[in-house]
Amino acid sequence: MQETISFAPQLTTSPISEILWLIPAVPIVAAGIIALLRQPRRKVSAALAIASLSFSLLLSLCAFSHVVAGWAHGLALRETFNFTWFQAGATNIDLGWVLDPLSAVMLVMVSFVSLLIFIYSLGYMAHDENFTRFFCFMSLFAGAMLGVVIANSLLLLFMCWELVGLTSYLLIGFWYQKPSAAAAAKKAFLATRVGDVFFLLGIVWLFSQTGTLLLYNNGAGSIESAALSLLLAQPAIWGLTAAGAIGLLIFAGAAGKSGQFPLHVWLPDAMEGPTPVSALIHAATMVAAGVYLIARVYPLMQAGALAGGTTTALTVVTWVGAFTAVFAALIAVAQNDIKRILAYSTVSQLGYMMAGLGMSGVAVGMFHLITHAFFKALLFMGAGSVIHGCSEEQDIRRMGGLKSDMPLTFFTYAIGMLALCGFPLFFSGFWSKDGILEAAQHWSVAKTPFYMLVFGALLTAFYMTRQVAYVFFGHWRGGKEAHESPRVMIVPLAILAFFAMALGALGTPAWPWFRAFLEGRSVGFDWRGFQEPGLMTLMGVSTLIVLAGIGLGWKLYGDQSPKPEEPDALERAIPPIWAALHNRLYVDEFYGVTVIAFYAWWGRVADWLDRWAWGGIVAGVAWSFGLWAQLSRFIDNNFVDGGFDKGCDELVAGGGLLARVQTGRVQTYLRLLALAVLLLAVILIWSSRA
Amino acid sequence: MTPLASCLLVAALLFSIGLAGALTRRNAILVLIGIELMLNAANLNLIAFWRYGPHPELLTGMMFAIFSIAIAAAEAAVGLGLVIQIHRHAHTTDLDAMNRMKG
Repeated sequence: MQETISFAPQLTTSPISEILWLIPAVPIVAAGIIALLRQPRRKVSAALAIASLSFSLLLSLCAFSHVVAGWAHGLALRETFNFTWFQAGATNIDLGWVLDPLSAVMLVMVSFVSLLIFIYSLGYMAHDENFTRFFCFMSLFAGAMLGVVIANSLLLLFMCWELVGLTSYLLIGFWYQKPSAAAAAKKAFLATRVGDVFFLLGIVWLFSQTGTLLLYNNGAGSIESAALSLLLAQPAIWGLTAAGAIGLLIFAGAAGKSGQFPLHVWLPDAMEGPTPVSALIHAATMVAAGVYLIARVYPLMQAGALAGGTTTALTVVTWVGAFTAVFAALIAVAQNDIKRILAYSTVSQLGYMMAGLGMSGVAVGMFHLITHAFFKALLFMGAGSVIHGCSEEQDIRRMGGLKSDMPLTFFTYAIGMLALCGFPLFFSGFWSKDGILEAAQHWSVAKTPFYMLVFGALLTAFYMTRQVAYVFFGHWRGGKEAHESPRVMIVPLAILAFFAMALGALGTPAWPWFRAFLEGRSVGFDWRGFQEPGLMTLMGVSTLIVLAGIGLGWKLYGDQSPKPEEPDALERAIPPIWAALHNRLYVDEFYGVTVIAFYAWWGRVADWLDRWAWGGIVAGVAWSFGLWAQLSRFIDNNFVDGGFDKGCDELVAGGGLLARVQTGRVQTYLRLLALAVLLLAVILIWSSRA
Repeated sequence: MTPLASCLLVAALLFSIGLAGALTRRNAILVLIGIELMLNAANLNLIAFWRYGPHPELLTGMMFAIFSIAIAAAEAAVGLGLVIQIHRHAHTTDLDAMNRMKG
């Protein structure tokens, strides 16, 4: 199994790792500036996004070459840069970033693929009125994704993780006028949130046990040996150690993002977004973030493994991955939407990556992640080119014969398809998938995942052949004549096609450069790599499987060009199975009658409680206050008001009486005056006499 | 009868005549004249009390009387002015016709 990887202790921080934060920061700032631009500033916004990402790519390449240079000197480089974000009492909340082979490889892949997809979007989104908004979101996404890659702190990783989730939501719902797109965005957000809750629980648990969220911190990080032995000593439930339980919680988060069964339901629906979004977020980068996360916390997942053994967490990862690989591949066989087939294929390939991680360490899974990113982005962008050329048609039954109408797209798409199928020797998918199959063959726990993955490979070859036969062969069955896409879309396709083939050279058994790089070992070219026992047999078997899948697909669909109304060739052969697969094995329906029904029921209960219990209490209180008010009004009207009104009446009457004295005649007043004087005189005289 | 008592008697007579005039006459000018008579009766009292009081050498009573006469002159001027204005306004000096201040 996997060897223990020993990294050189960090002595100094190189300048490149100190400015590593610029790689995600620049696209995020660019997104902020684009957000402030007005809608018609298309050129400025696209230029900003592409320039910022080019900068990130440049810096990523510098970082990558720095790591490679260190490796060439026999140093397995891991440089971290940590700082305290804030203090809460005696607790430090630290953030930081890390530069090691794993993050360097991901940085280059993410920024390179993102840049190509940005350029491709120039053509694909050219006629969209929300062009500026698109580039704002895309740029934000790229920055957040690069942030996930470099994070050395689970907290920073989680923040960027949520940011990519947010941009994924925004971009799936980019055409929010379409109800299906809005619903798909919501579904994606909620389904990934389920995983994220577990992920957060895992983070909190890890923090409470180790007191730090930094992954690497010169021996004091949470996934370094000191913290791991602490976690291993801590029993959790069901015979798991705390390390295993936290690993499983983190895997739940990864499963949500990476569309692993049973949280895969959002990913096919996410195809409602624009195709560049599907290529970037839902094929190449974001969905791979889950796989990357597992690779990142691999020491935690692996903690407590005996020599050559495995851990509960890794076993779970393997089984879930292998099951997802076959499950999604089965569904992909019976879909008719060009992007949905690719989406299920992505789910399936992510299952392969997870299984590879679970069975054989970081290198195998990550190699498939990198090659898959290139060829799946290629396939999605090819599909986008087809959709663009066929006036937004997505149903493969209404296409056909496009190989003569769109030769360049066909050529690049075929390369992507062969890479995905794992066609021997010249395609990267062959080598990366073979690495996983080899690992499965030698897995100590069970042999079943190996057979599952081989069956998945057969299905992959079959459904891709079916799709290509439908789309590119036969004769045209759509409406308006198809046309080739503009050069700005074709050039990125060609570049990706080149890498979809060339990348395989980095991971052949004779020259396992990629694996050695990730594990910090030296590498040399050696044909004897092929002489490992069973390897040639395995390669032969996998070649046969691929050829069988392609042959079967071609036999059923090749050059047939069935009419859109006709039942599918498989539908005629095995109607009940076809129906089940076509309906996505009823997972959505199952959730509809269980989880969603439960929540709907719970919602009704809460509504009833609100309406009658709480509402009743509130209404009762309101009613009693109303009654009190009525009583007060009665007292006011009949007692208080009565007394007051009476007083007023008296005053008015008295005023009227007095007003009569006021005759207006001067002499009346004089007479009264005289009378008063007389009275005064009488009183005075009277009193002086007494 | 002492000189003081006879003086007071004359003043009382004069006051009564003024009062009767002020109350019975309807002409505003005659009412004013009655008021002047009453005022002068009071002045006569002041002089008498001073002249036959304990300190006739202090001239206090005379000073009072002179002030009072000065004020009476001003009052008469104001009163006559009012009467002229009323006459211009209502073309009469009959007080009974002037009851617009009725409450």
